[in-house]
Amino acid sequence: MSNGALTRRRIFAVLGASALALTAACGGGDSGDDSAGGEVTLEFSQWWEPELPDGSLRALMDRFEEENPGIRVELLSGPYASTKEQVVAGAAAGTMSDVVGLDGAWVSDFVDQGSIASLTGLMDDAGYDDSALASQVQLEGETYMIPVVNFVYPLFTNDDLLAQAGITAPPTNRTEFEAAATALSGLGENVSGWALPLSLETPNGVQNDVMSWVWASGGSMLADGQPDVTNDEVRSAVEYVKALWDDGAIAPGSFTMKEQDKVEEFTNGRVGMVISSLAHVNTIREANPDLNFSISAIPAEDSYSGERGIPYASWGIGVAENSEHKEEAWKLIDFLLSEDVNAELSTLANAFPGNTASVPDFVEGDELFGAAFEIYQSGYPANEFTGLPVAEELMRMFSEELQRALDGEQSVDDALETAQDRWLEEF
Amino acid sequence: MSQLTLRPAEAGDGGPQARRPGPRPGRLRRSLTPYLYLLPTVLLLVALMVLPIVMVVGYSVMDNVITTRSSESVGLDNYVEVVTDPVFHTAIRNTLYFTVVSVLAHLVLGLAFALLLNSAFVGRWAKAIFRAIYVLPWLFTIAVVAVLWRLLLNPNGVVNYLLDVTGFIDGNVEWLADPDTALHAVTFINIWCGYPFFMISLLAGLQGIPKDLYEAARVDGASAFRQFWHVTIPQLKPIIISMALLDFIWTTQQFALIWMTTGGGPINVTEMLSTFTYKLAFSKYEFSMASTSAVIILALSMVLAFFYVRHQKVRD
Repeated sequence: MSNGALTRRRIFAVLGASALALTAACGGGDSGDDSAGGEVTLEFSQWWEPELPDGSLRALMDRFEEENPGIRVELLSGPYASTKEQVVAGAAAGTMSDVVGLDGAWVSDFVDQGSIASLTGLMDDAGYDDSALASQVQLEGETYMIPVVNFVYPLFTNDDLLAQAGITAPPTNRTEFEAAATALSGLGENVSGWALPLSLETPNGVQNDVMSWVWASGGSMLADGQPDVTNDEVRSAVEYVKALWDDGAIAPGSFTMKEQDKVEEFTNGRVGMVISSLAHVNTIREANPDLNFSISAIPAEDSYSGERGIPYASWGIGVAENSEHKEEAWKLIDFLLSEDVNAELSTLANAFPGNTASVPDFVEGDELFGAAFEIYQSGYPANEFTGLPVAEELMRMFSEELQRALDGEQSVDDALETAQDRWLEEF
Repeated sequence: MSQLTLRPAEAGDGGPQARRPGPRPGRLRRSLTPYLYLLPTVLLLVALMVLPIVMVVGYSVMDNVITTRSSESVGLDNYVEVVTDPVFHTAIRNTLYFTVVSVLAHLVLGLAFALLLNSAFVGRWAKAIFRAIYVLPWLFTIAVVAVLWRLLLNPNGVVNYLLDVTGFIDGNVEWLADPDTALHAVTFINIWCGYPFFMISLLAGLQGIPKDLYEAARVDGASAFRQFWHVTIPQLKPIIISMALLDFIWTTQQFALIWMTTGGGPINVTEMLSTFTYKLAFSKYEFSMASTSAVIILALSMVLAFFYVRHQKVRD
């Protein structure tokens, strides 16, 4: 081989390697492409699989594939936080998975971005009867997310600690709760009455542990879809929380406490009462089998006798606007929301079904879940952050102002006024 | 300017002189070959570094990007908004405190432990054991460090227990949740996990100092402190300056530790430039403002990088 030919081969080799490296670096082929055999592959990104028993979501997908020949489902799973970042990045790059697991707090921003498709048209095209759906997240009359399963947040009480403090039954109203929380904190040995997680990293404590007091008494933090956190109902709830704080009834470390810290404190018997997800029942049982605890509705204002709103979080589902297989994507959603599959998924997740006709198995066989199901059915699911713009940031802003109020830097009124102004800026 | 003119007879004889005016193909290939070998790296650098930086700079002058369907240029408005934001000022102050205290403590602790490990008074086995213990914090990933210290500094945690039984505190201190102590607590954690890098580097530097210098100093009657001050420190100075500049750049960019321990709270007492930027991007979805903040951080880092490079050049 001549020197010239050798040099040319070297040059081509270097160029080829560069091209390969660049291709590898840029990554990402098209998602959901049809294969040569006409088979459609749906990408389904979610954070559910790691939170379900091993292989259970894949088994459901296998059943879907059997019932829908020609459609394959590829699960893209990760923790909640990284799923959110992936969805944001995918939405920006136009490489979002065909079907995406959604949190209600993200929906407004994704709709603004134009990254998720309206499900209303897909339901109409498929002739879907949506009367069995427990809820839908809608913006301007169009459905963008359907909750597949719901995790409600009732009140968990450590019955042994309550008995030690001389309390015979879980509290049902605010006065009883304050008395119980103060009595529990008076037990000493680092026991506190209630835990209030206000971490700014994951500020969902504002939704689950603060606004839940408002919703439990039939109140609202919105008026005509706009922020209204200076109303009497919110003021009453926040003043109540401040009173608990001043009484020393709240566990120390609130300002950086996260949801999992709250559950750990309750599991270890250092906190007597928490508002927590039903999904934590098994976690608590596994970590401390001897813990004697029960579940009840979140206490309402003493004079309130109406239906109680119970906070919830959802595993929601939606379809990417950039998906080339929206029809097949809807088939997957339809499958997950069908009566038997939805009941099975709810059972696996220890959650309540998105299909009102589905009844999860655990309701029959477990006293705690049965009690929770009664609470769920006697009240209504309430989460006003769902569908709001930059919902997580709204919670963070409220948490900052609440922390200032609890720390004595400002009054409750000033905190609510400031939060109201900051929220309005985001709307 | 000289010009070579070929006579017809010379031009037609096919000799080497006939090809002189044009570059030889072989020579061209030889001169291009090194650049072609560099090409993959250059292309990767352009694709993964230059291009993203240019894009972020471009984003920083738009009204918003990524989450909006159409963007418009707003000039330097975003810069004005970020620079005049009181939370940004808080983030700068906190970052400066966090960084300066961390770097100084890393240096002092790293040097102290390096001197201990280099001392003739400590036995070989003791040195090996201490070296392993001292380097441990550096081996943990930041996620492990954050979880570990959140547990240790929990109001019901081990630290409070030990301080309580020894009489240093009375009751539970909320180290990470109290606005008065949170910034100091996260700085302490950063110091704990960062000093081994200094220690290892300075230990290598100490082992490279010629013994003759100490012997000469002793002959001149220098005390141990004067030997340290006039021999050890000058010999370590290049390493100390390099390490301090690098640590300064890295620490200003610390994000994971702050995010996983305090999330920038309580209120905003541990808000850093990194957490401020992250919240703009992934909580408020204001990617243009986040880009603006990132460009400002890049500019500040470039100043530090300039001093680092200049120092390296002087060394060379």
